Amino acid sequence: MSEPDTRLAVSEVWDILDTVADPEIPVISLVDLGVIRGVSWQGDTLVIAISPTYSGCPATAVINLDIEAALRAHGIVTVELRRQLSPSWTTDWMSEKGREQLRAYGIAPPPKRGDNCAAHTTDLLDVAAPETSCPHCNSGKTRKVSQFGSTPCKASYVCLQCREPFEAFKCI
Amino acid sequence: MEGAGAANPQSINHREPSDREIFNLALVMGDNCLILGQQISQWAGHAPILEEDIAQANIALDLIGQAQYWLGLAGEIEGLKSEAAPASNVKGRSAGPRSADDLAFLREPHEFRNFRLAEIPNGDYAHTLMRQFLFDNWHFHMLQILSQTPCMPVRDIAGKALKEVTYHLQRSSDLVIGLGDGSDESHQRMQGALDHFWPYTCELCDPRWGVDLELWGLGDSAALNLKANWDAYLARVMIKATLVIPERAPLVAGLRPGTHTEHLGYILADMQLLQRAHPGASW
Repeated sequence: MSEPDTRLAVSEVWDILDTVADPEIPVISLVDLGVIRGVSWQGDTLVIAISPTYSGCPATAVINLDIEAALRAHGIVTVELRRQLSPSWTTDWMSEKGREQLRAYGIAPPPKRGDNCAAHTTDLLDVAAPETSCPHCNSGKTRKVSQFGSTPCKASYVCLQCREPFEAFKCI
Repeated sequence: MEGAGAANPQSINHREPSDREIFNLALVMGDNCLILGQQISQWAGHAPILEEDIAQANIALDLIGQAQYWLGLAGEIEGLKSEAAPASNVKGRSAGPRSADDLAFLREPHEFRNFRLAEIPNGDYAHTLMRQFLFDNWHFHMLQILSQTPCMPVRDIAGKALKEVTYHLQRSSDLVIGLGDGSDESHQRMQGALDHFWPYTCELCDPRWGVDLELWGLGDSAALNLKANWDAYLARVMIKATLVIPERAPLVAGLRPGTHTEHLGYILADMQLLQRAHPGASW
Protein backbone atom coordinates (compact mmCIF):
# COMPACT_ATOMS: atom_id res chain seq x y z
CA MET A 1 0.00 0.00 0.00
CA SER A 2 1.59 3.26 -1.01
CA GLU A 3 0.39 6.64 0.13
CA PRO A 4 -0.82 9.00 -2.57
CA ASP A 5 1.99 11.32 -3.63
CA THR A 6 1.40 14.54 -1.74
CA ARG A 7 4.68 16.08 -2.76
CA LEU A 8 4.56 19.34 -4.69
CA ALA A 9 5.67 19.03 -8.31
CA VAL A 10 9.21 20.19 -8.95
CA SER A 11 7.89 22.91 -11.30
CA GLU A 12 5.73 24.24 -8.46
CA VAL A 13 8.78 24.37 -6.22
CA TRP A 14 10.59 26.45 -8.86
CA ASP A 15 7.59 28.81 -8.88
CA ILE A 16 7.85 29.18 -5.10
CA LEU A 17 11.59 29.84 -5.32
CA ASP A 18 10.93 32.46 -7.98
CA THR A 19 9.05 34.45 -5.32
CA VAL A 20 12.05 34.51 -2.97
CA ALA A 21 13.96 37.76 -3.46
CA ASP A 22 17.69 38.25 -3.20
CA PRO A 23 18.14 39.73 0.29
CA GLU A 24 20.51 42.48 -0.88
CA ILE A 25 18.90 43.31 -4.22
CA PRO A 26 15.21 42.68 -3.51
CA VAL A 27 14.04 43.35 -7.07
CA ILE A 28 15.50 40.12 -8.39
CA SER A 29 14.47 36.59 -7.43
CA LEU A 30 16.89 33.82 -6.54
CA VAL A 31 15.85 31.96 -9.68
CA ASP A 32 16.59 34.99 -11.89
CA LEU A 33 19.89 35.50 -10.10
CA GLY A 34 20.83 32.00 -11.24
CA VAL A 35 21.88 30.59 -7.87
CA ILE A 36 19.32 27.76 -7.79
CA ARG A 37 21.04 24.94 -9.66
CA GLY A 38 18.70 22.04 -9.10
CA VAL A 39 15.49 20.93 -7.42
CA SER A 40 14.62 17.29 -6.85
CA TRP A 41 12.81 15.01 -4.47
CA GLN A 42 14.80 12.26 -2.81
CA GLY A 43 12.15 10.27 -1.01
CA ASP A 44 10.34 12.76 1.20
CA THR A 45 13.26 15.16 1.22
CA LEU A 46 13.33 18.11 -1.12
CA VAL A 47 16.92 18.65 -2.25
CA ILE A 48 17.88 22.07 -3.56
CA ALA A 49 21.33 22.77 -4.99
CA ILE A 50 22.51 26.33 -4.48
CA SER A 51 25.58 28.01 -5.94
CA PRO A 52 26.98 30.74 -3.71
CA THR A 53 27.68 34.01 -5.54
CA TYR A 54 30.85 35.20 -3.75
CA SER A 55 32.67 33.07 -1.18
CA GLY A 56 32.21 35.52 1.67
CA CYS A 57 28.89 37.01 0.69
CA PRO A 58 26.88 37.37 3.92
CA ALA A 59 23.67 37.08 1.87
CA THR A 60 24.34 33.35 1.46
CA ALA A 61 23.14 32.48 4.97
CA VAL A 62 20.08 34.73 4.60
CA ILE A 63 19.27 33.15 1.23
CA ASN A 64 19.21 29.70 2.86
CA LEU A 65 16.92 30.91 5.64
CA ASP A 66 14.57 32.63 3.18
CA ILE A 67 14.32 29.50 1.03
CA GLU A 68 13.45 27.34 4.02
CA ALA A 69 10.86 29.84 5.24
CA ALA A 70 9.20 30.10 1.81
CA LEU A 71 9.00 26.33 1.45
CA ARG A 72 7.71 25.87 4.97
CA ALA A 73 4.93 28.33 4.19
CA HIS A 74 3.89 25.87 1.47
CA GLY A 75 4.00 22.91 3.81
CA ILE A 76 7.42 21.56 2.82
CA VAL A 77 9.41 20.93 5.97
CA THR A 78 12.03 18.36 5.02
CA VAL A 79 14.47 20.32 2.93
CA GLU A 80 18.12 19.74 2.27
CA LEU A 81 20.09 22.68 0.90
CA ARG A 82 23.24 21.55 -0.88
CA ARG A 83 26.07 23.94 -1.58
CA GLN A 84 27.28 23.48 -5.12
CA LEU A 85 30.70 25.03 -5.73
CA SER A 86 31.37 23.55 -9.12
CA PRO A 87 30.73 24.73 -11.76
CA SER A 88 31.08 28.01 -9.93
CA TRP A 89 28.34 30.60 -10.20
CA THR A 90 28.63 32.96 -13.12
CA THR A 91 26.68 36.11 -13.90
CA ASP A 92 25.91 34.50 -17.27
CA TRP A 93 23.33 32.42 -15.39
CA MET A 94 21.30 35.52 -14.63
CA SER A 95 18.05 35.55 -16.61
CA GLU A 96 17.13 38.24 -19.13
CA LYS A 97 14.20 39.13 -16.89
CA GLY A 98 16.58 39.52 -13.98
CA ARG A 99 18.95 41.71 -15.98
CA GLU A 100 16.11 44.05 -16.93
CA GLN A 101 14.89 44.18 -13.34
CA LEU A 102 18.38 45.21 -12.22
CA ARG A 103 18.55 47.98 -14.81
CA ALA A 104 15.13 49.29 -13.82
CA TYR A 105 16.28 49.32 -10.19
CA GLY A 106 19.32 51.45 -11.09
CA ILE A 107 22.01 48.77 -11.24
CA ALA A 108 23.76 48.14 -14.56
CA PRO A 109 23.49 44.42 -15.37
CA PRO A 110 26.74 42.44 -15.77
CA PRO A 111 28.51 42.20 -19.11
CA LYS A 112 28.44 38.72 -20.61
CA ARG A 113 31.55 36.61 -20.38
CA GLY A 114 33.73 37.24 -23.37
CA ASP A 115 32.72 40.90 -23.56
CA ASN A 116 36.04 41.95 -22.15
CA CYS A 117 35.11 40.51 -18.81
CA ALA A 118 37.76 41.11 -16.19
CA ALA A 119 37.25 37.80 -14.45
CA HIS A 120 37.95 35.83 -17.62
CA THR A 121 40.73 37.78 -19.21
CA THR A 122 43.94 36.24 -20.42
CA ASP A 123 46.06 39.28 -19.61
CA LEU A 124 45.35 41.12 -16.40
CA LEU A 125 47.40 44.13 -17.40
CA ASP A 126 45.45 44.67 -20.57
CA VAL A 127 41.82 44.89 -19.58
CA ALA A 128 39.68 47.72 -20.83
CA ALA A 129 36.71 48.33 -18.56
CA PRO A 130 33.71 46.66 -20.19
CA GLU A 131 31.25 49.05 -21.78
CA THR A 132 28.64 49.76 -19.20
CA SER A 133 25.73 52.00 -19.98
CA CYS A 134 24.12 54.20 -17.38
CA PRO A 135 20.95 52.61 -15.97
CA HIS A 136 19.46 56.09 -15.46
CA CYS A 137 19.97 57.85 -18.81
CA ASN A 138 21.25 54.98 -20.96
CA SER A 139 24.36 56.87 -22.00
CA GLY A 140 27.39 54.74 -22.85
CA LYS A 141 29.71 57.45 -21.54
CA THR A 142 30.51 56.10 -18.10
CA ARG A 143 33.60 55.74 -15.96
CA LYS A 144 34.53 53.05 -13.48
CA VAL A 145 35.30 54.64 -10.12
CA SER A 146 36.21 51.49 -8.23
CA GLN A 147 36.34 47.76 -8.80
CA PHE A 148 34.44 47.28 -5.55
CA GLY A 149 31.02 48.56 -4.57
CA SER A 150 28.57 48.23 -1.69
CA THR A 151 28.45 44.44 -2.11
CA PRO A 152 31.14 42.07 -3.42
CA CYS A 153 29.21 41.54 -6.66
CA LYS A 154 29.15 45.17 -7.77
CA ALA A 155 31.56 47.89 -8.95
CA SER A 156 31.10 51.64 -8.60
CA TYR A 157 30.61 53.78 -11.70
CA VAL A 158 29.70 57.32 -12.57
CA CYS A 159 27.81 58.48 -15.67
CA LEU A 160 29.64 61.22 -17.57
CA GLN A 161 26.42 62.29 -19.28
CA CYS A 162 23.87 62.68 -16.46
CA ARG A 163 26.56 62.77 -13.75
CA GLU A 164 24.74 60.24 -11.58
CA PRO A 165 26.76 57.68 -9.70
CA PHE A 166 25.58 54.09 -10.09
CA GLU A 167 26.56 50.53 -9.37
CA ALA A 168 27.26 47.89 -11.97
CA PHE A 169 27.08 44.14 -11.47
CA LYS A 170 30.50 42.64 -12.11
CA CYS A 171 30.95 39.83 -14.58
CA ILE A 172 32.19 36.75 -12.79
CA MET B 1 42.80 9.22 -12.07
CA GLU B 2 43.19 5.58 -13.11
CA GLY B 3 44.86 5.27 -16.46
CA ALA B 4 45.77 8.95 -16.74
CA GLY B 5 49.41 8.06 -16.19
CA ALA B 6 49.54 5.73 -19.17
CA ALA B 7 48.77 8.53 -21.63
CA ASN B 8 51.61 10.67 -20.40
CA PRO B 9 54.91 8.88 -19.82
CA GLN B 10 56.15 11.74 -17.65
CA SER B 11 53.56 11.04 -15.02
CA ILE B 12 54.04 7.29 -14.76
CA ASN B 13 55.07 7.76 -11.17
CA HIS B 14 52.07 9.94 -10.50
CA ARG B 15 50.37 9.12 -7.26
CA GLU B 16 47.33 10.79 -5.81
CA PRO B 17 47.78 13.25 -2.96
CA SER B 18 47.25 11.60 0.42
CA ASP B 19 44.73 12.86 2.95
CA ARG B 20 47.54 14.49 4.87
CA GLU B 21 48.80 16.28 1.77
CA ILE B 22 45.31 17.62 0.99
CA PHE B 23 44.91 18.61 4.63
CA ASN B 24 48.22 20.50 4.60
CA LEU B 25 47.44 22.26 1.34
CA ALA B 26 43.99 23.27 2.60
CA LEU B 27 45.66 24.77 5.68
CA VAL B 28 48.18 26.72 3.58
CA MET B 29 45.37 28.16 1.47
CA GLY B 30 42.90 28.66 4.32
CA ASP B 31 45.35 30.09 6.84
CA ASN B 32 46.75 32.61 4.37
CA CYS B 33 43.25 33.77 3.45
CA LEU B 34 42.19 33.93 7.08
CA ILE B 35 45.20 35.84 8.39
CA LEU B 36 45.41 38.33 5.53
CA GLY B 37 41.62 38.78 5.65
CA GLN B 38 41.81 39.50 9.38
CA GLN B 39 44.63 41.99 8.78
CA ILE B 40 43.04 44.03 6.03
CA SER B 41 39.65 44.08 7.73
CA GLN B 42 41.34 46.44 10.20
CA TRP B 43 41.20 49.11 7.48
CA ALA B 44 37.39 49.12 7.54
CA GLY B 45 36.43 52.65 8.51
CA HIS B 46 40.05 53.86 8.37
CA ALA B 47 41.19 53.66 4.74
CA PRO B 48 42.38 56.91 3.12
CA ILE B 49 39.47 57.17 0.67
CA LEU B 50 35.96 55.72 0.67
CA GLU B 51 36.49 53.54 -2.41
CA GLU B 52 39.52 51.93 -0.84
CA ASP B 53 37.72 51.44 2.45
CA ILE B 54 35.02 49.52 0.60
CA ALA B 55 37.56 47.59 -1.44
CA GLN B 56 39.44 46.45 1.69
CA ALA B 57 36.21 45.27 3.32
CA ASN B 58 35.16 43.44 0.16
CA ILE B 59 38.51 41.71 -0.29
CA ALA B 60 38.61 40.76 3.39
CA LEU B 61 35.16 39.25 2.94
CA ASP B 62 36.24 37.23 -0.10
CA LEU B 63 39.34 35.98 1.72
CA ILE B 64 37.52 34.99 4.89
CA GLY B 65 34.83 33.27 2.80
CA GLN B 66 37.52 31.31 0.98
CA ALA B 67 39.19 30.50 4.31
CA GLN B 68 35.88 28.97 5.40
CA TYR B 69 35.88 26.67 2.36
CA TRP B 70 39.50 25.62 2.73
CA LEU B 71 39.39 25.07 6.48
CA GLY B 72 36.06 23.28 6.06
CA LEU B 73 37.78 20.94 3.61
CA ALA B 74 40.71 20.44 6.01
CA GLY B 75 38.29 19.46 8.77
CA GLU B 76 36.39 17.08 6.51
CA ILE B 77 39.55 15.36 5.33
CA GLU B 78 40.78 15.07 8.88
CA GLY B 79 37.45 13.56 9.88
CA LEU B 80 37.70 10.84 7.23
CA LYS B 81 40.86 9.36 8.63
CA SER B 82 42.67 10.08 11.83
CA GLU B 83 45.86 9.70 9.79
CA ALA B 84 45.55 13.27 8.51
CA ALA B 85 46.26 15.11 11.72
CA PRO B 86 46.57 14.35 15.38
CA ALA B 87 43.44 14.69 17.46
CA SER B 88 43.28 17.88 19.41
CA ASN B 89 42.61 17.99 23.13
CA VAL B 90 41.69 21.63 23.13
CA LYS B 91 39.30 22.62 25.87
CA GLY B 92 35.85 23.64 24.75
CA ARG B 93 35.89 21.75 21.51
CA SER B 94 33.18 19.21 20.96
CA ALA B 95 34.12 15.68 19.92
CA GLY B 96 34.18 14.73 16.25
CA PRO B 97 35.85 16.24 13.20
CA ARG B 98 37.08 19.80 13.54
CA SER B 99 34.96 22.48 11.85
CA ALA B 100 36.38 25.48 9.97
CA ASP B 101 35.70 27.51 13.12
CA ASP B 102 37.56 25.02 15.33
CA LEU B 103 40.55 25.26 13.04
CA ALA B 104 40.44 29.06 12.91
CA PHE B 105 39.83 29.75 16.56
CA LEU B 106 41.36 26.89 18.50
CA ARG B 107 44.81 26.36 17.01
CA GLU B 108 48.10 27.66 18.34
CA PRO B 109 50.45 29.85 16.26
CA HIS B 110 52.81 26.99 15.36
CA GLU B 111 49.89 25.04 13.85
CA PHE B 112 49.18 27.79 11.31
CA ARG B 113 50.68 27.34 7.86
CA ASN B 114 50.30 30.86 6.49
CA PHE B 115 53.23 32.81 5.08
CA ARG B 116 54.99 35.28 7.30
CA LEU B 117 54.23 37.85 4.59
CA ALA B 118 50.52 37.71 5.54
CA GLU B 119 51.13 38.43 9.22
CA ILE B 120 53.43 41.48 8.90
CA PRO B 121 51.45 44.46 10.24
CA ASN B 122 49.51 46.67 7.84
CA GLY B 123 51.92 49.60 8.24
CA ASP B 124 51.01 52.59 6.08
CA TYR B 125 48.87 52.29 2.96
CA ALA B 126 51.89 51.72 0.70
CA HIS B 127 52.83 48.73 2.84
CA THR B 128 49.31 47.33 2.87
CA LEU B 129 49.05 47.62 -0.93
CA MET B 130 52.47 46.17 -1.66
CA ARG B 131 51.88 43.21 0.66
CA GLN B 132 48.51 42.67 -1.02
CA PHE B 133 50.06 42.78 -4.48
CA LEU B 134 52.83 40.30 -3.62
CA PHE B 135 50.25 38.00 -2.03
CA ASP B 136 47.67 38.37 -4.83
CA ASN B 137 50.35 37.55 -7.41
CA TRP B 138 51.03 34.28 -5.57
CA HIS B 139 47.35 33.58 -4.84
CA PHE B 140 46.23 34.06 -8.45
CA HIS B 141 48.91 31.83 -9.95
CA MET B 142 48.52 29.20 -7.23
CA LEU B 143 44.76 29.03 -7.80
CA GLN B 144 45.32 28.80 -11.55
CA ILE B 145 47.27 25.61 -10.86
CA LEU B 146 44.91 24.19 -8.26
CA SER B 147 41.84 24.85 -10.42
CA GLN B 148 43.23 22.27 -12.87
CA THR B 149 44.12 19.45 -10.51
CA PRO B 150 42.09 16.26 -10.85
CA CYS B 151 41.73 16.30 -7.04
CA MET B 152 38.09 17.40 -7.04
CA PRO B 153 37.52 19.03 -3.66
CA VAL B 154 40.63 21.17 -4.17
CA ARG B 155 39.76 22.00 -7.77
CA ASP B 156 36.20 23.08 -6.88
CA ILE B 157 37.26 25.58 -4.23
CA ALA B 158 40.18 26.86 -6.32
CA GLY B 159 37.97 27.40 -9.38
CA LYS B 160 35.52 29.45 -7.36
CA ALA B 161 38.20 31.48 -5.57
CA LEU B 162 40.15 32.18 -8.76
CA LYS B 163 37.40 34.40 -10.16
CA GLU B 164 37.40 36.54 -7.04
CA VAL B 165 41.17 36.70 -6.81
CA THR B 166 41.40 37.85 -10.44
CA TYR B 167 39.68 41.04 -9.32
CA HIS B 168 41.98 41.31 -6.30
CA LEU B 169 45.12 41.07 -8.42
CA GLN B 170 43.77 43.51 -10.96
CA ARG B 171 43.13 46.09 -8.30
CA SER B 172 46.44 45.69 -6.49
CA SER B 173 48.37 45.75 -9.80
CA ASP B 174 46.60 48.97 -10.83
CA LEU B 175 47.38 50.63 -7.53
CA VAL B 176 51.02 49.52 -7.40
CA ILE B 177 51.51 50.83 -10.95
CA GLY B 178 49.63 54.07 -10.27
CA LEU B 179 51.47 54.86 -7.06
CA GLY B 180 54.86 53.52 -8.15
CA ASP B 181 54.72 55.63 -11.30
CA GLY B 182 53.10 58.49 -9.39
CA SER B 183 54.54 61.38 -7.40
CA ASP B 184 58.07 61.32 -5.95
CA GLU B 185 56.56 60.70 -2.53
CA SER B 186 54.33 57.80 -3.59
CA HIS B 187 57.14 56.27 -5.66
CA GLN B 188 59.53 56.38 -2.75
CA ARG B 189 57.00 54.87 -0.37
CA MET B 190 56.13 52.02 -2.74
CA GLN B 191 59.80 51.25 -3.31
CA GLY B 192 60.33 51.26 0.46
CA ALA B 193 57.42 48.87 0.92
CA LEU B 194 58.76 46.53 -1.77
CA ASP B 195 62.21 46.50 -0.12
CA HIS B 196 60.57 45.88 3.25
CA PHE B 197 58.54 42.85 2.17
CA TRP B 198 61.02 41.39 -0.29
CA PRO B 199 62.75 39.01 2.17
CA TYR B 200 59.41 37.44 3.09
CA THR B 201 58.59 36.50 -0.50
CA CYS B 202 60.94 33.53 -0.26
CA GLU B 203 58.14 31.40 1.14
CA LEU B 204 55.60 32.07 -1.59
CA CYS B 205 56.77 29.67 -4.27
CA ASP B 206 58.52 27.16 -2.06
CA PRO B 207 57.28 23.57 -2.52
CA ARG B 208 57.09 23.14 1.25
CA TRP B 209 54.02 25.38 1.16
CA GLY B 210 52.40 23.06 -1.20
CA VAL B 211 52.57 22.87 -4.91
CA ASP B 212 54.26 19.92 -6.47
CA LEU B 213 52.72 19.74 -9.95
CA GLU B 214 53.29 16.04 -10.30
CA LEU B 215 51.68 15.29 -6.98
CA TRP B 216 48.61 17.29 -7.97
CA GLY B 217 48.27 15.40 -11.23
CA LEU B 218 49.52 18.13 -13.53
CA GLY B 219 52.65 16.50 -14.93
CA ASP B 220 55.49 18.97 -15.38
CA SER B 221 53.60 21.61 -17.35
CA ALA B 222 55.89 24.59 -17.89
CA ALA B 223 52.84 26.84 -18.22
CA LEU B 224 51.94 26.05 -14.61
CA ASN B 225 55.34 26.76 -13.05
CA LEU B 226 54.39 28.83 -10.01
CA LYS B 227 57.75 30.51 -9.50
CA ALA B 228 58.18 31.36 -13.20
CA ASN B 229 54.67 32.82 -13.42
CA TRP B 230 55.09 34.76 -10.20
CA ASP B 231 58.43 36.21 -11.35
CA ALA B 232 57.19 37.07 -14.84
CA TYR B 233 54.10 38.90 -13.64
CA LEU B 234 56.05 40.69 -10.91
CA ALA B 235 58.59 41.91 -13.47
CA ARG B 236 55.89 43.25 -15.80
CA VAL B 237 54.13 45.17 -13.05
CA MET B 238 57.33 46.57 -11.57
CA ILE B 239 58.51 47.87 -14.94
CA LYS B 240 55.22 49.70 -15.40
CA ALA B 241 55.41 50.91 -11.82
CA THR B 242 59.04 52.12 -12.33
CA LEU B 243 59.98 50.19 -9.18
CA VAL B 244 63.20 48.23 -8.80
CA ILE B 245 63.06 44.60 -7.72
CA PRO B 246 65.74 44.14 -5.04
CA GLU B 247 68.75 42.17 -6.25
CA ARG B 248 69.45 40.34 -3.04
CA ALA B 249 67.96 36.88 -2.71
CA PRO B 250 64.71 36.93 -0.78
CA LEU B 251 65.79 34.80 2.12
CA VAL B 252 64.88 34.76 5.76
CA ALA B 253 65.83 32.19 8.35
CA GLY B 254 63.67 29.23 9.33
CA LEU B 255 62.19 28.40 5.97
CA ARG B 256 59.51 25.89 6.87
CA PRO B 257 55.74 26.00 7.36
CA GLY B 258 54.75 26.71 10.94
CA THR B 259 57.56 29.20 11.52
CA HIS B 260 56.16 32.63 12.23
CA THR B 261 57.05 36.14 13.24
CA GLU B 262 56.08 37.48 16.65
CA HIS B 263 53.12 39.19 14.99
CA LEU B 264 51.00 36.07 14.53
CA GLY B 265 50.52 35.62 18.28
CA TYR B 266 49.03 39.10 18.56
CA ILE B 267 46.76 38.55 15.58
CA LEU B 268 45.46 35.29 17.04
CA ALA B 269 45.08 36.76 20.52
CA ASP B 270 42.74 39.31 19.02
CA MET B 271 40.95 36.97 16.61
CA GLN B 272 40.55 34.03 18.99
CA LEU B 273 39.73 35.94 22.17
CA LEU B 274 36.00 35.27 22.15
CA GLN B 275 36.25 31.52 21.53
CA ARG B 276 39.01 31.15 24.09
CA ALA B 277 37.14 33.13 26.74
CA HIS B 278 33.73 31.59 26.02
CA PRO B 279 34.34 28.13 24.54
CA GLY B 280 31.62 27.07 22.11
CA ALA B 281 29.96 30.49 22.02
CA SER B 282 27.87 30.97 18.88
CA TRP B 283 25.10 33.16 17.54
